[in-house]
Amino acid sequence: MNEHKPNTLRDQPDEHGRFGIHGGRFVAETLMPLILSVEEAWKTSKSDPDFAAEMEYYRKHYIGRPSPLFFASRLTEHFGGAKLYFKRDELNHTGAHKINNVLGQALLAKRMGKTKIIAETGAGQHGVASATACALFGMECEVFMGEEDVRRQKPNVDRMRLLGAKVHPVTSGTGTLKDAMNEALRYWVTNAETHFYIIGTAAGPHPYPAMVRDFQSIIGVEAKEQILEAEGRLPDAIVACIGGGSNALGLFHPFLDDKEVEIYGVEAAGHGIETGEHAASLKGGKPGVLHGNRTYLLQDDHGQIKDAYSISAGLDYPGIGPEHAWLHEIGRVNYVNATDQEALEYFALCSRLEGIIPALEPAHALAFISTMIGKMDKDQIVIMNMCGRGDKDLEAVLPILEKQGKL
Amino acid sequence: MALDRISQCFSACRDENRAALGIFISAGDPNPETSEELLLGLPDAGADFVELGMPFSDPMADGPVIQAASLRAIKAGMTLDKVLKMAARFRHRHPDVPLILMGYYNPVYIYGVDQFLDDAMTAGVDGLIMVDLPPEEDDELCLPATEKGMAFIRLITPTTNDKRLPTVIHNASGFVYYVSITGITGTGSASADSIANAMARIRKASDLPAVVGFGIKDADDVREAGRHADGVVVGSAVVSIIAEHCDANGKAEPDTARKALDLVKQLKTGTPR
Repeated sequence: MNEHKPNTLRDQPDEHGRFGIHGGRFVAETLMPLILSVEEAWKTSKSDPDFAAEMEYYRKHYIGRPSPLFFASRLTEHFGGAKLYFKRDELNHTGAHKINNVLGQALLAKRMGKTKIIAETGAGQHGVASATACALFGMECEVFMGEEDVRRQKPNVDRMRLLGAKVHPVTSGTGTLKDAMNEALRYWVTNAETHFYIIGTAAGPHPYPAMVRDFQSIIGVEAKEQILEAEGRLPDAIVACIGGGSNALGLFHPFLDDKEVEIYGVEAAGHGIETGEHAASLKGGKPGVLHGNRTYLLQDDHGQIKDAYSISAGLDYPGIGPEHAWLHEIGRVNYVNATDQEALEYFALCSRLEGIIPALEPAHALAFISTMIGKMDKDQIVIMNMCGRGDKDLEAVLPILEKQGKL
Repeated sequence: MALDRISQCFSACRDENRAALGIFISAGDPNPETSEELLLGLPDAGADFVELGMPFSDPMADGPVIQAASLRAIKAGMTLDKVLKMAARFRHRHPDVPLILMGYYNPVYIYGVDQFLDDAMTAGVDGLIMVDLPPEEDDELCLPATEKGMAFIRLITPTTNDKRLPTVIHNASGFVYYVSITGITGTGSASADSIANAMARIRKASDLPAVVGFGIKDADDVREAGRHADGVVVGSAVVSIIAEHCDANGKAEPDTARKALDLVKQLKTGTPR
């Protein structure tokens, strides 16, 4: 049992996997026994020093952690306000934060004696990370990816195949990330006895949202240590982009109880919230039940799920992790958004001014930062999670920037 | 009253020494008119009880056939409100045939649990099968439904082990539904032995009638499963006929419902023991 800490926001969820009304275990009976066994294994491993040591080993020698905390001096100068730091999780092996979680779950699967892995992927980053971990541990990997994304993200599909994974193009529904997740769940229902499902974000049935958050929290733990070392104090604000929200929770969670730190989660506003073509579940959705959890969902008046839209395939999901839904409702985190166009602008600017090509996802976070950081004092501090690198996005982004005369 | 219709149905079938035949269709597939013609015709074609699917955009436990049916129905304008109206017309025409609504939780949650239960009771619905509400989430709908006299039919699967079986059966009512394969609807099929074993296990744990579904597609399958179970459910095989006789816009050939009903008649021949 957890010791009772009445003043902490960091002891969620409850024993039913609830973050307030959100979370839970809304899955078919076929999967329930398996989900309970994952929960059991996670509970045991979490407090096992051997598991911690194993994680530490792979974090250091395989992922390349700790990732640096970098003072972005030229962007700071450009904005003319608070000091901007990047937590550089784009430098991780495989180029994004996804590997932090995947390695943890793969090690857990190994402990449970499972040698076959299922994963869903949108842009392909989680798929590549899963394929990587499976190669490392000698596991079979089956990745489900929307047919449309398979076409758009060919380099990542090639990577996964090279790493030995089998990529299943998903044609059901509308062939997007949500359909890839449906299909991964169907495959899991069919292979429940033999396979472990590595969910890529802090969503899904309990214990996944909490487990993924815990694996990603290394981001915030390191950032806290690093900013104390660099500046001798905590930041005034921390910012991260949100699709399902795992990189954001990873940064936010260790800071939740530090009341003086303002926290901002940036959803993708696509063509603009008012157009209806976006992926901002908190801003434009309402609570519902999908993919094993209750959370905010983009849906119509009859409870049918709508397709999300964003130029960033990593944010293109009609839901959000249940802990974010709760943090939104209690008001601890401010959820804001940035459009495709705004993200593109800061994708280009960050490349030019810092020599860092950000993924489209964190470019959304930077776009939001541009609206607030200039109004802050020069001695204030903002940390942004640079959760992925932009190489994967060049094919999609360059023609647009060219057309807009920004190259 | 809802529970009466279900128990009377199973005891009548038992008296006639045959398995009860349950037919699943997706409400509004491929369009409201054809779907209603089919629904209303099911009892005369041989269905002892009916499972009416509430279409959902993301049916994560269903195979390609039912997925496509759900999407056709949604495209043709089906909503939960209209499903309940269909249910009421069914009840008016067939006062004694059990009618079960089957689906996923989100549309019900958005409709509002209390309102949904009231409207479903008024429409004459006897029970609910909710794919994504395991016993761990009984506070959501199972307990409120049971309180109002609506049966909450529980799914039991090959992965439900002996340790878990009592948990699954605890708040079950009406009947229990054995999902005969570890998988999604309309795929694979279970061996007679595995069904017999499962039924023996379930009978030890519960007095409720037990039906078998998933992967049952013809009269032979019905006969085989019906030797061990109190009832047998066929879904994808019936829905496939609709898929074969409609176009991409949900426009059905004139005799689509009749063709599906012909299959039901054939299935019925497998029910005597």
